[in-house]
Amino acid sequence: MRHLSTDASPGLTPGHPCAIARDTMNTPMQQPAGRDPKSSFQDMILALHDFWSAQGCVILQPYDMRMGAGTFHTATTLRALGPEPWNAAFVQPCRRPTDGRYGENPNRLQHYYQYQVILKPSPPDIQELYLESLRVIGIDPLKHDIRFVEDDWESPTLGAWGLGWEVWCDGMEVTQFTYFQQMGGFDCKPVAGELTYGLERLAMYIQGVDNVYDLSFNGQGTSYGDVFLENEKQMSKWNFEVAETDALFDLFNKAEAECRNALDGSVPIAAYEQAVEASHIFNLLQARGVISVQERASYMGRVRDLARGSCEAYAEKMAPEWKAKFPEWSL
Amino acid sequence: MESEIPGVEPVSDFLLELRSEEIPARMQAGARKELEKLFRRKMDTAGVAVGEVTVWSTPRRLALIARDLPDATEAVSEEAKGPPEGAPDQAVEGFCRKNGVTRDELEVRDVKGRPTYFAVKNIPGRQASALLAEAIPAIVRDFSWPKSMRWGAASLSTESLRWVRPLSGIVALLGDDVIECEVHGVTSGAVTLGHRFHHAGDITIGNADDYAMKLRAGHVIVDHVERQDLIRKGAARVAEEAGLTLVEDEGLVIENAGLTEWPVPLLGRFEEDFLEVPPETIQLTARVNQKYFVCEDAKGELANAFICTANIEAADGGTRVVEGNRKVLAARLADARFFWDVDRKKTLAEHAKGLERITFHEKLGTVADKVERVTRLALWLVDTGVVKPSDEGSGAETQLYNYVQDAAALSKADLVTEMVGEFPELQGLMGGYYARAEGLPNEVADAIRDHYKPVGQGDEVPTAPVTVAVALADKLDTLMAFFGMREEPTGSKDPFALRRAALSVLRILQANNIRLNVRHAYRIAGLLLTRQISNRALGNKIEDDFESARKLGLLDPATIDEEGYKKTLLDEINASGVAKNLEIGEERLPNFFADRLKVQQREAGVRHDLIDAVFALGGEDDLVRLLARVKALQSFMDTEDGANLLAGYKRAANILKKEEWDGGKDLSYSTEAAEKGLIDALDSAGPKAESAVAEEDFAAAMSALASLRAPIDRFFEEVTVNDDDKAKRAFRLDLLARFRDAVHQVADFSKIEG
Repeated sequence: MRHLSTDASPGLTPGHPCAIARDTMNTPMQQPAGRDPKSSFQDMILALHDFWSAQGCVILQPYDMRMGAGTFHTATTLRALGPEPWNAAFVQPCRRPTDGRYGENPNRLQHYYQYQVILKPSPPDIQELYLESLRVIGIDPLKHDIRFVEDDWESPTLGAWGLGWEVWCDGMEVTQFTYFQQMGGFDCKPVAGELTYGLERLAMYIQGVDNVYDLSFNGQGTSYGDVFLENEKQMSKWNFEVAETDALFDLFNKAEAECRNALDGSVPIAAYEQAVEASHIFNLLQARGVISVQERASYMGRVRDLARGSCEAYAEKMAPEWKAKFPEWSL
Repeated sequence: MESEIPGVEPVSDFLLELRSEEIPARMQAGARKELEKLFRRKMDTAGVAVGEVTVWSTPRRLALIARDLPDATEAVSEEAKGPPEGAPDQAVEGFCRKNGVTRDELEVRDVKGRPTYFAVKNIPGRQASALLAEAIPAIVRDFSWPKSMRWGAASLSTESLRWVRPLSGIVALLGDDVIECEVHGVTSGAVTLGHRFHHAGDITIGNADDYAMKLRAGHVIVDHVERQDLIRKGAARVAEEAGLTLVEDEGLVIENAGLTEWPVPLLGRFEEDFLEVPPETIQLTARVNQKYFVCEDAKGELANAFICTANIEAADGGTRVVEGNRKVLAARLADARFFWDVDRKKTLAEHAKGLERITFHEKLGTVADKVERVTRLALWLVDTGVVKPSDEGSGAETQLYNYVQDAAALSKADLVTEMVGEFPELQGLMGGYYARAEGLPNEVADAIRDHYKPVGQGDEVPTAPVTVAVALADKLDTLMAFFGMREEPTGSKDPFALRRAALSVLRILQANNIRLNVRHAYRIAGLLLTRQISNRALGNKIEDDFESARKLGLLDPATIDEEGYKKTLLDEINASGVAKNLEIGEERLPNFFADRLKVQQREAGVRHDLIDAVFALGGEDDLVRLLARVKALQSFMDTEDGANLLAGYKRAANILKKEEWDGGKDLSYSTEAAEKGLIDALDSAGPKAESAVAEEDFAAAMSALASLRAPIDRFFEEVTVNDDDKAKRAFRLDLLARFRDAVHQVADFSKIEG
């Protein structure tokens, strides 16, 4: 397994943005012995890893911070900036405190997984690659109705937007497919394609299960519920009832201050982490119901300033280096 | 090519296909228009005559077929007339530049005996293929999408092509020949792709004639109209096969046709238990979230069925597709049922407490504050007889008062329910359901349900008194609040939809023939708002305050006039700075209503200048009466008397204006016959018009005015106003001023056009 490297795009030749291996396109990918993405959550993830790895992606591990979406991972946000090719895939656990249901709702969770693929620049056959990845995990598009339905994406927090689709499988949204146009307020040059698979949904669909907790996690007797049910119960309770709100307000302020401190110290990646932290603390405060409607906009504005400020600082710090490698590029 | 017969211009059919990743369904109709428009424009500029053009779209392609395009344009000679010989060099050179010729090339011809420069350009005929090769890239580059994007390696520069989604291929054929061109790395050819899943490999198109057929063989129905038809009929058929009736929805037909290249309507069933939730919620979630049709049973009630439109002919006949869709819908309906159950665990009154947490507007407090004002204002409308009970039985008024109180207080409670949180468009409707579910009277439930009405142009206008009171109060409060905060609409910006609110007020007043002085209503609403603000500071409850104000008669329309109003409102809150804005708003809101009235009445053929003429008199704050008066005036202006009186009035007004006459002293002066005639007529018509207006008999007021026509005509014929005798002149000017004022009792004729 490769590791995150600060060098540009391992596995790809810099300057050849479309250097994605095509060897899997003609022959369906063989699953290793004993692997069955159709009856095991983890095998499905491993199959996606194999597939995207074969396409030349860096397979990353999750970002080690609490965040609301895979898009917050620096491999997506910060790497979407600048001219360097970048192809990566990773699982990112997502925390949405207000979606917690104490483990009682069959498809709502305050902690779940997204599978993210980021391909920069977006390759011309990105849709075909994506559809091939569905086949690999067991979805046959001649038996299931796959559709690309308009769904544009915007994150004012990140100063980002893109156009794309939500991908439907028999009417169910299984993936968010976005061509990033702007990030941190900057035009994406070049544009990256982002795929975000909802892993639990896909697995429920593929395994034919109506309750997320009934998913087979490993195909060997351990269910998703065995792994996460108690976690959902306790974390829902903490998110909604227990978390000390004074401490959360304090954490928010501290993250905000530290973000500014990091910006002053010209370490925008560290600043960005604090923005991610502040964003999550804000979500927790929302779940605790202690932010009034009036205050909400103001808090969101503060998070936005931190996130955008960090992205801008990162882009500006990196710009000379990028410019040196890609003379035709400008911020 | 086809026709080489002498004398017949050779023509060919042209096919253009622009292939793209999935184009949003909602943009396809506009894109078809844009493609045809740009094609015609480019061909027109190139001098190619374009006849019949067909444009088709699918999610993955836009196609255009132009029949009988001439293979070449004819050579033409264009000439432009320039300046005369001997004109300044600058002018001649400018002319040359404009026409793209050199000075040597200019010809000199005689124009009416004057030697004049001419620029003559001989434009040779060109091959259509060459023109198209230039036009296609230009069409692609000029194409305007509601939203467009960059993609791929080329997007390293922001100068790269923008398209709705990545442009992936171009087919361009004139006759059987490929028109070779290239746009940002996409080159044209004869090869296209079929259905994403049903057809592997390329499809080579021969010409415009085999295009649709070859695509059909590749599982693509390129004609969107045909796909719409397939969906419409197919959906109706599968419903019928299940013993049901399709609930038609043309918007869904078009949207699904825009999402599919090979549409296959499939019917599925959901659990019958879900039917216990209000049918609107099922229909809405099916339509908005999933783009499904719904069906009705023989009794016309919503059935437990949905129709989805697949884009494949599944090997198993669609069993898996239907099953997958059923699960998705079931999850959504389970959510809806969960909301329905949870919401009903609380009464609307309990829900309403949650409104304290929702900001209505930062300057205007919470929605709970708004509800409080709306309730008091609605009760004022009942109290003062503006809104009356529909029957006159004993206790009808008390009952109306009580119903209005409850309905208004609960009118916004559903905003904090889970269901409306999920489906905001169900506001009101859900409140009505919840009200009935907890056993509130139908009058109250109906008023909660309908108090947002009328929303759009075709929407029904409330007539039930409880609903009318709440609906009016809600909109009047909104108007007052934003005008009072100086947040009135400007230009195209109307973020609080105040124009719509004012129009809705007009429609409710008109439909129910309600007599309401909007200025009084504004004042009461303003009073409530300011008291709310000061009470909050003092910790008082507005109910108590309202009751005491009511007992003191402060809310009586008679005393809400200047004196009482100023005393109760302005003095009290003068220090807060709110008063000034409120006063400005009070002047602006009636004008705003008059403007809305003009817009509304334009379609009904009511002249806007006549609305101005009545409105300019001031003091007419009753919009129903205003309109009656305008209509009477319009009938009058269509008569000969009216037209002539207007002429006389304008003459009088012009003289007065020119003389800057502002009335004179009493002069002893013996009048001439024409003057006497006018005086007598004014003595008679003035009081008649005045009392007719007071009695709202506007036709009578007009005929009183008509009686002035002959005397004023005679006056102008026989009398010279500008007499040398100063006394005579002053008297005559006075008389004209009196005439003008008499006319003004009915309308300000200076505003009338013509």
